[in-house]
Amino acid sequence: MSETASAPANVFGNQVLRIGPMRIGSRYRGSSGWWGMVTLIATEAFLFIYLLFTYAYFAIENGRAWLPAELPSFKLAGPNTLILLASSGVVWWAERQMRQDKRRRTLMALIAALILAGIFFTVQLMEWKSKPYQLASTSYASVYFTITGFHLAHVLLGFVILALLAVWTAKGLFDDVRMAPLSIGIAYWHFVDAVWLVVFFVVYITPRFG
Amino acid sequence: MTAARYTEFPNVGEKSRALEEKLKKIWVSKPGFYGFIASVDHKEIGIRYIVTAFAFLIVGGVEALIMRMQLAGPNQNIVSPEAYAQLFSMHGITMIFLYALPVLSGFSNYLFPLVLGTRDMAFPRLNAFSYWVYLAAGIFMYVSFLLGSAPNDGWFNYVPYADRTFNPGPNIDFYALGMILLGISTTAGAANFVVTFFRMRAPGMSINRIPILVWGTVTVSAGNLLAVPAVSLAFFLLWMDRQFGTHFYDAASGGKPLLWQHLFWLFAHPWVYIIVLPAMGMVSDGLPIFCRRPLVGYTLVVLGTITTMVLGFGVWVHHMFATGLPYMAMSFFSGASFIITVPSAVAVFAWIATIWDGRPIITTAFLYFASFIAMFVIGGVSGVMTAAVPADLQFHDTYFVVAHIHYVLIGINLFGVLGALYVWFPKMSGRLLDEYLGKVSFWVVFFGFNLAFLPMHWTGLRGMPRRIYTYPDGVGWTGLNQTTTAGAFLLAFGLALVLTNVLRSIRKGEPAGDNPWDGPTLEWATSSPPPPYNFAVIPVVASRHPLWEERLCEGTGRTSIDRGPQLDSGREALATTAIDAHPDLILKMPADDPWPFFVTIALAIGFIGLLLQAWWLAALSVIATLAGTIVWLWPRRDLAQIAEKQHV
Repeated sequence: MSETASAPANVFGNQVLRIGPMRIGSRYRGSSGWWGMVTLIATEAFLFIYLLFTYAYFAIENGRAWLPAELPSFKLAGPNTLILLASSGVVWWAERQMRQDKRRRTLMALIAALILAGIFFTVQLMEWKSKPYQLASTSYASVYFTITGFHLAHVLLGFVILALLAVWTAKGLFDDVRMAPLSIGIAYWHFVDAVWLVVFFVVYITPRFG
Repeated sequence: MTAARYTEFPNVGEKSRALEEKLKKIWVSKPGFYGFIASVDHKEIGIRYIVTAFAFLIVGGVEALIMRMQLAGPNQNIVSPEAYAQLFSMHGITMIFLYALPVLSGFSNYLFPLVLGTRDMAFPRLNAFSYWVYLAAGIFMYVSFLLGSAPNDGWFNYVPYADRTFNPGPNIDFYALGMILLGISTTAGAANFVVTFFRMRAPGMSINRIPILVWGTVTVSAGNLLAVPAVSLAFFLLWMDRQFGTHFYDAASGGKPLLWQHLFWLFAHPWVYIIVLPAMGMVSDGLPIFCRRPLVGYTLVVLGTITTMVLGFGVWVHHMFATGLPYMAMSFFSGASFIITVPSAVAVFAWIATIWDGRPIITTAFLYFASFIAMFVIGGVSGVMTAAVPADLQFHDTYFVVAHIHYVLIGINLFGVLGALYVWFPKMSGRLLDEYLGKVSFWVVFFGFNLAFLPMHWTGLRGMPRRIYTYPDGVGWTGLNQTTTAGAFLLAFGLALVLTNVLRSIRKGEPAGDNPWDGPTLEWATSSPPPPYNFAVIPVVASRHPLWEERLCEGTGRTSIDRGPQLDSGREALATTAIDAHPDLILKMPADDPWPFFVTIALAIGFIGLLLQAWWLAALSVIATLAGTIVWLWPRRDLAQIAEKQHV
């Protein structure tokens, strides 16, 4: 197609339409799918805002006595937060490597992120087990398990997405140009991590403000 | 030589018969059943949305007529109290959720790519998916009727009556799960409109040249993305309370019944604007055609649309003035509810000025649009009345509110939709609707509607509460109710005439030609009905009214309709930049695909599983839905998603 480089100017009316060489299909960010992911993240972010609204509404309306005797501890959740943050860093690096067409590094990073996500998931289940109350015990328990449950479901979905990206990377479907799914999936994972930070702040830290 | 083709010079050329033949082969949906479930053509999907929504309108209308017969006189026993509760609940659910937004989504789906000058929506398969899920959710909720246990707590479904203690049957579960399913459809559709808006416009259609109907729909789509999670969550928490004994809404264990009202109205008040702003957009684009001049105040109307949506998120508490909230909160939300009239009224004055300064041609569409303005004012004023806290305490839960909501929903949705039908039916079918029958049916609809709902304000002021299945004699409500019943039947008769007109004109109507109304926007530049590819060459836009440029002398350039990028090597469309609409890249678009349909089936089965508490079925559905989605999203070479470099 390179001979069209010297294509004659296309004249219509009194205007000249010149369109230079155009990319076919999407690169990384800015693809239709990436915009689609932005809309998904927006709507999911509001889902969590409404969940946290529910928490705050209960906390304000019911007062301090509403909180359980033993406040949520940092013992498991603290390190777990760091693990999730680390996974975000790892996938960020994975995306950067693919932009330089370094497939193997991307694959290794995705596998590392999967392991970190798996650890977070397991630790979170352990924390659930250690609670003296269940979903239907009190309204606090209901909202606690629902918020963290929603987040955990997102971690699970993010895990599936990262696993799929790892498979696709391993199969050699991506290079430095065609890698939109990678950017899209990784954006979702960053979102899952960002949501956890907010959940962690509201559920684990604010009760300590007195 | 490199095999990789990551860039190309798009062919720019003239429209030609050969090009059209070639594009048709590329873009046409396969015939038969496979084509039916696999089609991703936005025009097909748009028409499906409209037809399905009208079917729900008829069903909801029949429910209303049964209620009106019951209320035609005091102490009647045509339906039992329980049946009446199910009727008014399903009537509300049907009209508000299964008719009002889907019909607008239908018009928007049909019109977006046409008015934007492109070949399909940004996500054609997601578009098909959102339609199928809408259909599945509608059927899901209506199955409850066949089982005699339809939702029976009104469309706003207040707790504690919706709790299991007081409502042990599956009625509310149908509603809760059905709304979560419908929310998936609404969200998918909204995302599609937003991304299409940002990315799929014809080159040159900068942000100040976009038709208002696009602005209306994209604004409410952004609103939907932020509002729908509130109601999905509200219903999910309710379902958990009912099935797993959680304590979100029961006061005894630290739950809060008012939480339901907050979450519900956080969604449902924005929703009120969501189901009128796109209709207002269609009026803003349709009315000027018949006034023979551009809309007055384009920029103000766009800004008013967006401001209305934003403020719409800050007025939800005005539904809760009677619940004993702090005085400060009520004052704030009352004030916000007054302020929102300002941006909403901008459009009203713009329309009036457009008629005033134009040379109106009195077509059926014009009549609907002009009466739309009048109904909007009546519905708007009764809305402002309820925004005042002391007055609201008087109106609350009376027929005054019922009258208000019907002026808003019929006046600002249905009248706009019927006007739009007269404008764009010729584009969809290639044939004109009959104008004589159109005008007759308009006057029947107009008189029927006002006869039914204007007296209803008095019914409310005389204290008749809503949702009661009958009333005693001699309290001054009988005559008013009889009038309303007569009006309702007249309205139904008028709508039957509209339907007759549509069914007759599809076959016998006069051929419309490309541009029967001499409209200014791009959809009128292609044939009626449009070919599967919409435009043989992508138009290059130079002004806000591409087909009126010669007469308006807007700007210096001229829009190019017959010459432009041909994009004929496979299914291709042009992506442009978000603000300026500069050509950005060539998109490879998906063809027929059955997976959106299959994923919908898997998803719907999951919701049946949740309803029946067959957890194994729900679990299977999760796996099937995930698997189907993965197949759907698997990177494909024909969509330019796969690396073309040779890896060593």
